[in-house]
Amino acid sequence: MSAQAQPNSFRTGPDERGHFGQFGGRFVAETLMPNILELEKAYEEARNDPAFHADMASYSTHYIGRPSPLYFAERMTEHLGGAKIYFKREELNHTGAHKVNNVLGQILLARRMGKKRIIAETGAGQHGVATATLCARFGLDCVVYMGAVDVERQKPNVFRMNMLGAKVVPVQSGTKTLKDAMNEALRDWVTNVSDTFYCIGTVAGPHPYPAMVRDFQCVIGNETREQMMQAEGRLPDSLVACIGGGSNAIGLFHPFLDDKDIEIYGVEAAGHGLDKLHAASLSGGRPGVLHGNRTYLLMDHDGQIQDAHSISAGLDYPGIGPEHAWLHEMGRVTYISATDEEALEAFQLCSRLEGILPALEPSHALAKVMELAPQKPKDHLMVVNISGRGDKDLFQIAEHLGNQIV
Amino acid sequence: MTKRIEARFEQCRAEGRAALVTYVMAGDPDPETSLAILKSLPKAGADIVEFGLPFTDPMADGPAIQAAGLRALKMGQDTVKTLDLIRRFRAEDQDTPVILMGYFNPIFVYGVDRFLVDAREAGVDGLIVVDLPPEEDDELCLPALKAGLAFIRLATPTTDDKRLPTVLSNTAGFVYYVSITGITGAATPDFGKVATAVERIKRHTPLPVVVGFGVKSGAHAAAVAEGADGVVVGSALIDALKGTLDGQDRATAGSVEAVTKLVKELSEGVRSVAKRAAA
Repeated sequence: MSAQAQPNSFRTGPDERGHFGQFGGRFVAETLMPNILELEKAYEEARNDPAFHADMASYSTHYIGRPSPLYFAERMTEHLGGAKIYFKREELNHTGAHKVNNVLGQILLARRMGKKRIIAETGAGQHGVATATLCARFGLDCVVYMGAVDVERQKPNVFRMNMLGAKVVPVQSGTKTLKDAMNEALRDWVTNVSDTFYCIGTVAGPHPYPAMVRDFQCVIGNETREQMMQAEGRLPDSLVACIGGGSNAIGLFHPFLDDKDIEIYGVEAAGHGLDKLHAASLSGGRPGVLHGNRTYLLMDHDGQIQDAHSISAGLDYPGIGPEHAWLHEMGRVTYISATDEEALEAFQLCSRLEGILPALEPSHALAKVMELAPQKPKDHLMVVNISGRGDKDLFQIAEHLGNQIV
Repeated sequence: MTKRIEARFEQCRAEGRAALVTYVMAGDPDPETSLAILKSLPKAGADIVEFGLPFTDPMADGPAIQAAGLRALKMGQDTVKTLDLIRRFRAEDQDTPVILMGYFNPIFVYGVDRFLVDAREAGVDGLIVVDLPPEEDDELCLPALKAGLAFIRLATPTTDDKRLPTVLSNTAGFVYYVSITGITGAATPDFGKVATAVERIKRHTPLPVVVGFGVKSGAHAAAVAEGADGVVVGSALIDALKGTLDGQDRATAGSVEAVTKLVKELSEGVRSVAKRAAA
């Protein structure tokens, strides 16, 4: 790990073959390769086209509601008695999470490419809802693959997608969660490759997805830089975000990676505990190849993928984006984890102190803020990404707290 | 070693017919039945055998093959045990080419160099690794060629003439043409188009071209054999096996025979088509 030289910039990756160090790449069936190369070219052209950026900016402002506020969480700060805590309010975006930033970019790209049919996979349903929303907005066919287990525990989002005109396909294969939804989406893509655009929800999958999704999510970190300069006249001292695949985290982190004094913390889901069932690929996994990229994975001695577990369907994935795997090995970002119980506790604290119901995903980040903030001096500026709102999780939270919502 | 593959295609050419390539999953539904099936395949008329390396997340395969892999894994199948079954098969059969087919992760985790040594020693002749396109040739294709194992590439309807040379550049043994855009065991291909596609690929390579995906019966096999150097059948054999399993997915008295019966039918289909060139 320490043998690798620290690069001058942590922001230049991936290389032309889609590698972040040993991670990333393009591990897909030949049927998909021509499409992936076409996508890479189309994205490259869009990236260099001011008209594409103008479109993005306009919809970001008027449809998503950007910029999202950077909010000083005064009561949480007082309660924890250390760092000054700011919330980046991604839960205020249209559709209730950061996911829409990326989906907007990919749907505008799909339109440029003339694709009429959009497929997506979803865990918690936030990416599915965002995709269904933009497909409705632009009149595109939308099919969302969702593990049957997740369909059950995220009913409100399934209903939302249906209302938006999307077809939700419950996936019965394998563990019936996010990884199987991704397998099924890839199978659909292999079958309908000519007219279909696969809108991936996180910074994983074959190149160019990890880089492309990251670029679309960097709006989070870019805004945070400006907003913190306005609020405090300087950059933050630390950043905290939860990690499933890692798209909200990379969006916040990436614009700060070269500011080497800033501490960056990614929080994985430790589920029932790292020695039990969990979803912490970096803390409890090792490098392997799945879903089109090399990254850290939860697997057995034979390379068979193991079940992940998290109370949060959005973090319940046995892998992680390849750029995070690289940042982990380079030591630039510190990856830690929070258990289901810690996340539930943080959810309640935030709800009561700040009047904000965070989703279970960012509740993991908040759980570690509760640990980290008290250790910091009072002039330490800490930003935590509230990547989504908790409405979708209320049924599940109620169940865990021993209440029933009728 | 590619020699066994070359010799087998040479033999089929001499007989004026296409080769029958059969795919079954290693360890499905248990190691001993799996070995019995593997041994029975050449006797029933298979020219080349493909042995599936089980993987939890086979993203280019359909439900039949995924379920077969999960059945095998549940019984404790892994890469070491799969190579052991091939070693035991090789003890009796020195001629039938054995191709391992699967996904990269179990091989990567086993360790590429160690895997190539062990696979060769066990008697493996070639590899088909579905999620390694030419863009990732450094990972396994080039080391495999160096170790004397054929790396058999898949070409698909989406592989156009511009891309074909890239796909064929490091391939050896034969070319596997996937006749549909889709997963294994799904649609039945348009057999009329298969011959045209095979001709197109043959303009780019001297290697034999075999065709798979969607072949389910002797009649299908005969239709494909008209235009191709070989026919691959997988999901249909796995379905035949599955149909004999008991409520707990255990083999029954008819399990091996159900597979060999279909292989015989496929073999007759392939053999019913004599090639003009050789006749």
